Amino acid sequence: MAHDSGSRSFDLKAMLRDERFWKIAFQVITLLVVLLLLSFFLGNLNRNLIQQGRAFGFSFLRNPAGFSIGESLIQYRPNDPYWRALMVGLGNTLTLVVGGIVLTTLLGVVAGVASFSKNWLLQKLSRVYVGLVQNIPLLLQLFFWYFAIFGALPNPANQIGILGLAFLNNRGVYIPWASSALLAILGIAATVGAAIAALFLWRWRTKIRIETGVGGQAQSIALAVVALAWLAIITLGMNWTVPEGVEGGGVTGGLRLSREYVASLTALVFYTSAFVAEIVRAGIQSVSKGQWEAARTLGLNAGMVMRLVVFPQALRVIIPPMNSQYMNLTKNSSLAFAIAFPEIYSIATTTYNQTGRPVEVFVVMMATYLTLCLLITVVMNQFNRSVQFKER
Amino acid sequence: MRKWGFLAAALGLTLAACGGGTTTTNADGEAAPAGGGRLDVVKGRGQLICGVDGGIPGFSFVDESGTYTGLDVDICKAVAAAVLGDAEAVEYRRLDSTERFTALSGGEVDMLSRNTTWTISRDTSVGLEFAPTTFFDGQGMLVRADSGIAGLEDFAGKAICVETGTTTELNLTDQMRQLGVDFEPVVFQDADAAYAAYDEGRCEGMTSDKSQLVARRSTLPNPDEHTLLEVTMSKEPLGPVTTNNDSSWYDVVKWVTYGLIQAEEFGITSENIATFEATENPDIARFLGQEGTLGTDMGLPNDFMVKVITQVGNYGEVYDRNVGADSEFALERGQNALWSEGGLMYSPPFR
Repeated sequence: MAHDSGSRSFDLKAMLRDERFWKIAFQVITLLVVLLLLSFFLGNLNRNLIQQGRAFGFSFLRNPAGFSIGESLIQYRPNDPYWRALMVGLGNTLTLVVGGIVLTTLLGVVAGVASFSKNWLLQKLSRVYVGLVQNIPLLLQLFFWYFAIFGALPNPANQIGILGLAFLNNRGVYIPWASSALLAILGIAATVGAAIAALFLWRWRTKIRIETGVGGQAQSIALAVVALAWLAIITLGMNWTVPEGVEGGGVTGGLRLSREYVASLTALVFYTSAFVAEIVRAGIQSVSKGQWEAARTLGLNAGMVMRLVVFPQALRVIIPPMNSQYMNLTKNSSLAFAIAFPEIYSIATTTYNQTGRPVEVFVVMMATYLTLCLLITVVMNQFNRSVQFKER
Repeated sequence: MRKWGFLAAALGLTLAACGGGTTTTNADGEAAPAGGGRLDVVKGRGQLICGVDGGIPGFSFVDESGTYTGLDVDICKAVAAAVLGDAEAVEYRRLDSTERFTALSGGEVDMLSRNTTWTISRDTSVGLEFAPTTFFDGQGMLVRADSGIAGLEDFAGKAICVETGTTTELNLTDQMRQLGVDFEPVVFQDADAAYAAYDEGRCEGMTSDKSQLVARRSTLPNPDEHTLLEVTMSKEPLGPVTTNNDSSWYDVVKWVTYGLIQAEEFGITSENIATFEATENPDIARFLGQEGTLGTDMGLPNDFMVKVITQVGNYGEVYDRNVGADSEFALERGQNALWSEGGLMYSPPFR
């Protein structure tokens, strides 16, 4: 491209032929279009707000909410401010998202691995499940679980007891639980802590055994100690209360998972797991056949081939799309408001309706879901880095 | 450096474009309410877009053939008849309780006629304008007849189904706080889902406006198994709604609604309106546009009430046909009777 500046005066034709000019010009045009659109929408919003005699602002969040919420992790009374009501909703969303991610991972991986099973029934079941669930809208599935499955449970007077440990009725599911919230948090923290410690000890033990060929007893003992300590905390320290059926219907004690929560969780888990199962299947199929054969040649049985050789390699393919499934689950949790679960979108809807401030409330909503999704991405990216090939 | 230069230039340009934008047109390119907005929009379009609930028999309900009927629907029809001369020139939009205000303030519908309670906060902070009440209601509670629940105090530890975004949600909380009753609200966004959940036993009670409970009870599988408690939790004046800052449009909706009530007071019905053609009564002559300029002052045809009454009828006819004596609900007129008969329906003078 001839562009000998200085010697000649400005050459328009040459500039139009210059690739670099078009590269930059295209970027500028795109930016201008985006900014113009944005300014048009924001200007329109501003004019509409002014027309209605309102100013954009968040001070209404400090006004008392005035409505009651069915279930809540934190304490909430109807005269608490709107922001606190939204926090209650966020807490409920988080219980759905965290519980959903854990169960989805378990079910999804099991269903994905099952599609390779030599057991004919198991393999077909997995295929039918994925095919069926993936092709039905989530909202329909929510209504199905809420009305058709959990709605078909008997009323509290005729509730179903399971081994005297749990109860089921059309109000919810009652399970044994710690006697106080503090103890419950302690129990969960102890479980997470023990799991991390065990993972660390196990890796340390493997490393020592690989490098020296002997030893690892100290780590094994430490593992046993961790396990015992955890068991002791869980069995003795939690002060478990077991739900008890009341004469004439109803339950006291234990933890009540409302029907809304259980139905939302079940629908979300079943729906998302179908996609996770496909991701897991694709990941496993991406591992070359030679790896299977090599592993079998070493004398490993089918389960060990999967666990030790194939699955760790498949993880590299599995983790990135899992990230988006977790994000989908997070965003889809907002659909739970259709079956009366008071998650954050449901509370937000009530809030903007009572205050007449949809724009502000939606800004808060967008920020909340964006933050949740970004958090998931950060964690998953860390995890992804840890399973990639280490080039030394 | 050069990149940032471009960005700055682009930003400058956009800001300039933004700053110049003081014209008042909204996204549809329709003239905004800088004087007589919505009325001209409706006339120009030749059709009224009316937001209704669409799921409450007697108030607004879509039948098998897709026709809308009900008291709220008739208000839409009356406005269309007055503005456009044709009661059928209405496009109905089904809006649930959470969408309605956004749809109205966003200009998606011209007016709401859907069981919306007139409250001060909606009038002031939400930015709405309430036309006269077309149905005076109160919040009630539907329970199963065999549940043994006789009053709100019996709801301790029990569940109540509510539709979200409604004043009933707030009233219920207030009432229960006063009584100190700890109940479990089960809040649905969709009224159909709420009644379904109540019907299959998720909740012991279902709360809403009494008229709505009566109407909805008729759609439950076994209507006789449910009764309304003898409680009225609140005042629920229901009527059509427009947005703030468009008084000429608000005036039209307001006075067409009043006109229905005034017509009943004058004794003018869709049957006998022809007999008033050469009336000697100056009040009635003004009302029907034979004298004066009451209609044209509002930007309507002078005989707008003639069109309304011939096509829709007066308030009494509308009431009886949809929820009163001639309907399956047979609701008493009660406080919805004319003021002259002990009710609350009262129109300021047409003069």
